[in-house]
Amino acid sequence: MSKKDLGLLILILVVGAIVAIINPRFLLPINLANTSNLIGLFGILSIGQAFVIITGGIELSVGSLVALLGTLFIDFIATRGMGWPVAFVIILMLGAVIGLAHGWLITRLKLQPFVVTLCGLLIYRGVARFYTADGTAGFAFGQNFPELEFLTAGRSWGVPNSFIALIVIAIIMWVVLHRSVFGRYLYAIGKNEEAAKYSGIRTGRVVIAAYVICGVLTALSAIYFAMYTRSISPASHGQFYELYAIAAAVLGGFSLRGGEGSLVGVVLGTVLLQELQNLVNLLGIPSSLNFAVMGGVILIGVLVDQQWGVFRARRLMADATRKSVAGAAAE
Amino acid sequence: MNYSDTSIAASAPFLTLENVRKTYPGVVALDGFSMEVRPGEVIGLVGENGAGKSTLMKILGGVTTPDTGTIIVDGTARQGLTVEGSLGSGIAFVHQELNLFENLDVAANIFFGREPLRAGPLKLVDRAKLREMVAPLLKRVGANFTADTPVASLSLAQQQMVEIAKALSIKARLVILDEPTSSLPIAETDKLLDVIKALKADGISVIFISHRLHEVERVADRVVVLRDGTLAGTLPKADIGHDQMVKLMIGRMLKEREKASEAARAPGAVALSAKAIRTSAYPGRPVDLDVRRGEILGLAGLVGSGRTELARVLFGIDNALGGTMELDGKPLALGSAADAVARGIFLVPEDRKLTGILLDLSIAQNISLPNLPAHARRLLVSASAETTTAEKQKKDLGIRAPSVQTRTGTLSGGNQQKVVLGKWLAMNPKVMILDEPTRGIDIGAKAEIYGLMRALADAGVAVLMISSDMEEVIGVSDRIAVMHEGQISGILDKDRFSQENVLLLAVGKPPK
Repeated sequence: MSKKDLGLLILILVVGAIVAIINPRFLLPINLANTSNLIGLFGILSIGQAFVIITGGIELSVGSLVALLGTLFIDFIATRGMGWPVAFVIILMLGAVIGLAHGWLITRLKLQPFVVTLCGLLIYRGVARFYTADGTAGFAFGQNFPELEFLTAGRSWGVPNSFIALIVIAIIMWVVLHRSVFGRYLYAIGKNEEAAKYSGIRTGRVVIAAYVICGVLTALSAIYFAMYTRSISPASHGQFYELYAIAAAVLGGFSLRGGEGSLVGVVLGTVLLQELQNLVNLLGIPSSLNFAVMGGVILIGVLVDQQWGVFRARRLMADATRKSVAGAAAE
Repeated sequence: MNYSDTSIAASAPFLTLENVRKTYPGVVALDGFSMEVRPGEVIGLVGENGAGKSTLMKILGGVTTPDTGTIIVDGTARQGLTVEGSLGSGIAFVHQELNLFENLDVAANIFFGREPLRAGPLKLVDRAKLREMVAPLLKRVGANFTADTPVASLSLAQQQMVEIAKALSIKARLVILDEPTSSLPIAETDKLLDVIKALKADGISVIFISHRLHEVERVADRVVVLRDGTLAGTLPKADIGHDQMVKLMIGRMLKEREKASEAARAPGAVALSAKAIRTSAYPGRPVDLDVRRGEILGLAGLVGSGRTELARVLFGIDNALGGTMELDGKPLALGSAADAVARGIFLVPEDRKLTGILLDLSIAQNISLPNLPAHARRLLVSASAETTTAEKQKKDLGIRAPSVQTRTGTLSGGNQQKVVLGKWLAMNPKVMILDEPTRGIDIGAKAEIYGLMRALADAGVAVLMISSDMEEVIGVSDRIAVMHEGQISGILDKDRFSQENVLLLAVGKPPK
């Protein structure tokens, strides 16, 4: 865990302690379970986003995708009678195909990620609304999918299974991002795509893979969100979720220029965001202020981090010169 | 002091530095340095990287103040300068990295922030007046372009003229040129040296900082040599010579330029062959070029003659617009740099910081990057394998760094270039293409890089070296191919090497 991540963890604990003191209901198992469920849902989404941001890209369409893929999933299993494992796989594949399409447009046709995914944001939202004729996708009364419901909305030993899913995914993706060849390529491309290309890396393929990973994880979280809400009105479901994901990554130390950030960071960023949401509810802050609180905390967080970076750079330089003095004296 | 030009000697100095000392925590950057600059005098300032040149420039530019010592500008003694004070007393800089807005035209650049305004509340720029003000400045620097030419369409030398015109526009009395020729081809360099002479004729002093000693030799009235923050010596006009400068710079005579490989070598088989390759630089002109095993083929020519574009095609970065390539006699099709790397064709690119290395990664991470799967087990990177490879390259190439975990961004230019070389040497090159391999690198590191290139050739690698440095092309190559407007205008064998022949071919005339 880097110092940055540690700082974030301490912030989370301090905020948690303060909230718990003011309102002890924060620590009730039911509250913690609900919050960790939301952390699981948003965490999976944010990890996907992080893989795109690390390449210096951005994926704005994930909120709309959560609506579209969620709508399709519920429609497949509730009205079309498809077996849920089949629907599950199809949705993940759809997520992959959409990620592939975004990556292809960005790397082969040289469109800007912001533009491609902004169009995606509009298109998928529109398609989702059209698909349900602006109605609501949901389950019929008494319709049950016990295994699926257990895996998505159930709990094991009191812990929401969505949170456990996040932990498993986070561990796998941590290895991919921080230990694998592919992860190193992602960082290299994020730092300097030209230099990576000149080192013989097939940068296009790596970037496309990042968008595919984002698409698949978005699809997975779309299923979780669908099973959490159990009914979806595509006009509003998942709205602004791309911004939650981006905010979690930024809080977690990711640079939108690419090449910086850690997986632990993005998970902790998600935790902090959900903690803040919970804080707004528990402390009786008007829920209309919800976004304002979030925005304020992110701004402060990024500011502190940046100032800390300046301070550390100065100290490093002082250290280096001290060392060189010692070296010169030894010679 | 010994001045050949008596009129300069007679006048009072414009700038005098006395006993200037500047320390940074742990480093003495300048130690009791003194010099003076007289009106109309051209001073060549030379020294290896780290000798204290940049600190001196920072002091003169007012970016930093000396710890002790006096700066006398135009008769007024000061402890240090401020940025405004430096500008106000007529000291202007032309930096190696040009500070121009490429999207604006020449006039807008020269008077940026100081545009003449029309009367009225809108404060619109008076374009006619602006053009009027720019014209005489452009004339003084001998510009062959007009005030409304977009800067993006100018050559590097022309852009430097814009910078110099900018300096003149603030009524500069001392123009400091920091490595102005390091990216200029021969013909353009001549133009720049002419501009310096014109400045001198107008009574403007010039400090000319350069690693290209023969240019210093041509233009300087006096050479000031810095070594380890102290004045290593001053050479009056009559004594200025390549060997004397080098001796003062490094404190010893450099051993005879490598002529060890002078003995005629039996040329090896053709390794890489370009057949009627057409590139984006000159789409209508095919290039034929063979690089043989065991030779260093120098590729000379003016900047913009299509050399870099050719290198990019040979390395698979760009697709050729036409023509074919062969490697060891077999057809070669490259879709990307990855394809070239897989076949042992490597490029040390022209722009080290942008394309050569990743400044934020460590030495070890840079060296393993092109061959990462070989440093991984089951797709997971092995840090110890990376370190082993990097340690070997660090030792073989003499990369000076605390450890292989050091960020490459903190290394000097020469050591960064060695990291670029190291990443390729770690994976058995067949063809090595080097684009301006020693640009901006100090003399000591240059000699080491020449040695490495020779060792590669001796080991049977085909080496293609693109260079605009005439001394380098002639001193290092086994054969020289010269490009002119997108085509090979001629190939010189060792017995016909001369600056004159290379120049003639570079401008499209037959050699002697």
